[in-house]
Amino acid sequence: MLLVKWLKKEAPVINFDYVKPTTEQNALTACKDPLAQFIAGGTNLVDLMKRGVTNPEKLVDITGLPMSNIEQKGDNIFIGSLALNSVVAEHELIKKHLPLLSQALQAGASPQIRNMATVGGNMMQRTRCGYFYDLSMPCNKRTPNSGCGAKEGYNRMHAIFGASDKCIAVHPSDMCVALAALDATVLIANGKLLRRVPFKDFHKLPGSNPEKDNNLLKGELITGVEVPINAAFAQHSLYTKIRDRASYAFALVSVAAALEMNGKTIKDIRLAMGGVAHKPWRLTTAEQFLKSKEATPANFKQAAMLALKDATSYGHNQFKLTLAPNTIVHTLHTLAGI
Amino acid sequence: MCQQPTNDAEKQPSLHHARRNFLKQTSALTALALAPSVVMKAAEKKLDEKAAGFFEQKTLNIEVNGKAHQLSVEPRATLLDVLRENLHLTGSKKGCDLGQCGACTVHVDGKRVLSCLSLAVMQNGKKITTIEGLQQGDQLHPMQEAFIKHDGFQCGYCTPGQIMSAVACISEGHAGTDNEIREYMSGNICRCGAYPNIVDAISEVAKKGGSRD
Repeated sequence: MLLVKWLKKEAPVINFDYVKPTTEQNALTACKDPLAQFIAGGTNLVDLMKRGVTNPEKLVDITGLPMSNIEQKGDNIFIGSLALNSVVAEHELIKKHLPLLSQALQAGASPQIRNMATVGGNMMQRTRCGYFYDLSMPCNKRTPNSGCGAKEGYNRMHAIFGASDKCIAVHPSDMCVALAALDATVLIANGKLLRRVPFKDFHKLPGSNPEKDNNLLKGELITGVEVPINAAFAQHSLYTKIRDRASYAFALVSVAAALEMNGKTIKDIRLAMGGVAHKPWRLTTAEQFLKSKEATPANFKQAAMLALKDATSYGHNQFKLTLAPNTIVHTLHTLAGI
Repeated sequence: MCQQPTNDAEKQPSLHHARRNFLKQTSALTALALAPSVVMKAAEKKLDEKAAGFFEQKTLNIEVNGKAHQLSVEPRATLLDVLRENLHLTGSKKGCDLGQCGACTVHVDGKRVLSCLSLAVMQNGKKITTIEGLQQGDQLHPMQEAFIKHDGFQCGYCTPGQIMSAVACISEGHAGTDNEIREYMSGNICRCGAYPNIVDAISEVAKKGGSRD
């Protein structure tokens, strides 16, 4: 991967304190220190620590907490935040009710990483922007107010939606794109009450403070996600991921789509994109346009044009302005069987 | 199967050189030239670092290839480093050390994982299998035999990771077709490009009814 080329020197990991609480309350207390961080799968955090991008003074290992269950609760599927990506992807309930989520997870990372990575960790992973990882380059996300190396740099992987002057990085997750499309809810514990955040509002746009990826507060812990069951969407959903190689690469662009059809008419639809913004990008305008319309190539093309209305490129990622609508249209064609 | 625990703590090489490297790279040395108060802080930090060396070791009980070990490790030590440096099991390879190449793949409680991104201290109580644990006596594992038969390597550096991943690929039920094997072996990179032969080796073992782990 390109990141290997960007790695200029091996930064030894600074030592840190390590604790492994067995209750949620103890975990929340242990993580109150300003420089303490939760760790579960560690696939992103350990990498960031090796490169010196993140230097926590204390790691709070939460893998001893009972948060890995996957179960049906009424009309929702509950997925514990410690459920492994590989386990969620292959779970019978997920494959039956949320195949879009299963597909998105299978499209992400490698089997080894999916065996380590958790649902909560997947949500909390940082961008893979090369400037964020390269300590010799400016990056407002890594070092606030140091500048953005990507804006006028090599920005092939970067955002076309919702970026700011401070940051044009994208959120790298596939799983989160499916969860945003499926109207999931994030469940967050803070020691007092359980906070519920709509998945589409969990991650944030970079704005003036790109150092924050999401709206989770210090001292809060993701306990799980809840995803509504929709039988029609389960029948008609597809995750398309376009990347530089056939597997094991981050998305250039990806599309998560779910359709509810009434004959040839689209009764309801969910569309979200990955690889295009600082957060999973819901295509609400395109969704609104396609509701109650016939599933025709012309309508799909029109919807894709609407979706791209506010898109901007930064040079090297200009190809995404063509690739993104093409991927939307291709996904909808495949899904509608036309 | 499981032998008595051995205390490997005394065999551990000093990690002090790593700490020295870190100190060289911190801004503390630059700061030394600047202000007395900063000098004090830098000195304290250095002292803290030294003191920390005595206190930060954590006890780690793991079973590796059927043998129980009790070790004392720093929280920052990865499973890969502990396997290679402390237990001298150098079969698992350090390729990229960043979770991108798969050369360090081992099984933890039967699941294939990247040992370079696994903190050793988080593996307490777990059972690890490395490439050294696959063969039984002088009898190579069927996957090892198949890699030799099909010439599934050239330089051999990625091979331990490939084989550990291949064994898991079959036990997970993802070796049904050549395309499925390619997809589920995508986390193991081979710079020599032995991919077609690796797929042949896995396909043959899968068709023979899998392999023991």
